[in-house]
Amino acid sequence: MATKTVEYLVRRNPEMGMDGRPVPAPVFPVGVEPELQGEHMLINIGPQHPATHGVLRLVVELDGETVVRCTPHIGYLHSSFEKLGEYRGWNQIVPLTDRMDYLAPLIYNCAYAMAVEKLMGIEVTERCKVLRVILMELDRIFGHLLWLGTTAMDIGATTVFLYAFQERERIYKLHENYTGARITTSATRIGGMMADLPVGWTDQLRDFVDTLPRTLDEIETLLTNNQIWISRLQNVGAIGPEEAVAYGLTGPNLRASGVAYDVRKDRPYYDYETYDFDVPVGEHGDCYDRYLVRMEEIRQSLRIIRQALERLPDGPINVDDPRVVLPPKTDAMNDMESMIHHFKLVMEGIKAPVGESWFSVEAAKGELGMYVVSDGGTKPVRWRVRGPSFVNISALPKLVEGHLLTDVITINASLDIVLGEIDR
Amino acid sequence: MGKDFKEALEGLESGPAASDAGAEAPRGPEADPSSHPSVAALREAFGDAIVHHEVMAGDEHVVFVRPERCKEILRWLHDTPEHRYDLLLDVTAVDFGGGRPLQLVYQLWSVPHKRGLRVKAELPLDALEAESVVDVWPGANWLEREAYDMFGIVFRGHPDLRRILMPENYAEGYPLRKDFPLRGRFSRAEQTRRALMLDMESDYAPHELAVARRVAEREAMASNTQTGGA
Repeated sequence: MATKTVEYLVRRNPEMGMDGRPVPAPVFPVGVEPELQGEHMLINIGPQHPATHGVLRLVVELDGETVVRCTPHIGYLHSSFEKLGEYRGWNQIVPLTDRMDYLAPLIYNCAYAMAVEKLMGIEVTERCKVLRVILMELDRIFGHLLWLGTTAMDIGATTVFLYAFQERERIYKLHENYTGARITTSATRIGGMMADLPVGWTDQLRDFVDTLPRTLDEIETLLTNNQIWISRLQNVGAIGPEEAVAYGLTGPNLRASGVAYDVRKDRPYYDYETYDFDVPVGEHGDCYDRYLVRMEEIRQSLRIIRQALERLPDGPINVDDPRVVLPPKTDAMNDMESMIHHFKLVMEGIKAPVGESWFSVEAAKGELGMYVVSDGGTKPVRWRVRGPSFVNISALPKLVEGHLLTDVITINASLDIVLGEIDR
Repeated sequence: MGKDFKEALEGLESGPAASDAGAEAPRGPEADPSSHPSVAALREAFGDAIVHHEVMAGDEHVVFVRPERCKEILRWLHDTPEHRYDLLLDVTAVDFGGGRPLQLVYQLWSVPHKRGLRVKAELPLDALEAESVVDVWPGANWLEREAYDMFGIVFRGHPDLRRILMPENYAEGYPLRKDFPLRGRFSRAEQTRRALMLDMESDYAPHELAVARRVAEREAMASNTQTGGA
């Protein structure tokens, strides 16, 4: 199975990794109290525990320190976004989307808008396309940096957390300068964006793109050859390619197992096929490969942003389609037709034709599918989000089986989950 | 505006009104089966179990199948090497309201062949049951639990069919059904009362409670022998 068209294989360090082979995880003799022998114990981790990255609750059944069975309990953050969406107009759903993955909100904004645009048959302008590519890649870096910082901190490397968050702060600033918000960006509208870029934003982004690799190098110096990092991550939570696909893993977690499946390459949208970038692929499917794949993805995203900045064309940001886009404010204030048009769009809302559409994008955490169903009205009949974290975390019981309790924290961190999207 | 606004507010209490109640959920025109290689093969292998084939939003192929043969068809799509839909992206459902049947939706993707397919089965509201596909794709486990939790579809043969987002003792029904009001069925006071009366045991799965019970029994036995010896 799993056609292994490896485009870019992440390399382990030959000195430390012994010819690219994983270093076997050290086995510590576990002293078991004689009266506890064979008796299983339940341990409840979370929902209020920093290492669960949100309000995830894990109930772990242990034999000594070895995990026999792990059951995640979710739903503590359930906000019924999908139900709320059925009561809202097409544009009013955008603010719900960035509250799902608040670690990479712009990807969710864009994916939702793209699904509705596909349903309505709208082709956005060239400038909007390139801008959305820039924003999505920027937020991929945003999400991966958070993963890097928090995972390192779970393992005990506090310095990396500070380095990663310093860089994230610069992306927060970029978010804020463009959308006015640091996390809840709500930047897209059906048919375009909420506004064009402010003056000087691209220069700020260029500065970020040019200086981030230096920090990445520093972080890699701290981690990649670090003996503690290697022994905590290599051979921990490994999953083979066939199984990874069967469990529905997507994104870096799947690619670390050696399956070169990336929505940007396999079902290109927004001209991704014309950008020059590689899809990093791992070999062993363990936590260490997930780390290597994500580090390389950050660099590849920088490559895409550089190319996109080169080709960012001038021109309108919104489509010229009166069904979805408001008239310019000066027109709405000065001529009658524009005012009526404005009034109708605001009071009635956008109408989408009968039908449905599914749009998949490669989000920071895996394949994000937005599924919208319309009956011709101003609100969706159904808005469904196929969240990558939801499916990825459902493989956790399989991944932690037979590992030590400490590895549960490592493996959970390595999956890169966000509870806002798991619980929705 | 006044009327719309009032209707919207009523929707919070009663659930959204169905747009135009008909017997059937909306369907697109029948598409050319040769436009998708898997659909042509499905028609050949399963004949009239393939009810309808349509193309949505330009390039999305949707196949409607008979619910009683749904699993057989999905397994065939997974196992046949020329099709090999090895990645199950999503299992969900769509309720159109007005008493129309629920659509159970499987979103498939084939990694080796780079092809997608959406398979739908229409379940009448009085028979919301389907065969579980967890033994075909283990990743279906949580997705089916979510469809059960939100729509009340029972998946026969599922290894652990419990609610997933809502608590296990949630008694107000299935939230994503069209007849479910946005604010829930109970009053806020009743919801608070129930939350305060929650049994701690309902936070654990049955297999976890079984472990806890075994531990408790052993401890009780140990303390008995201790006191007996003294």
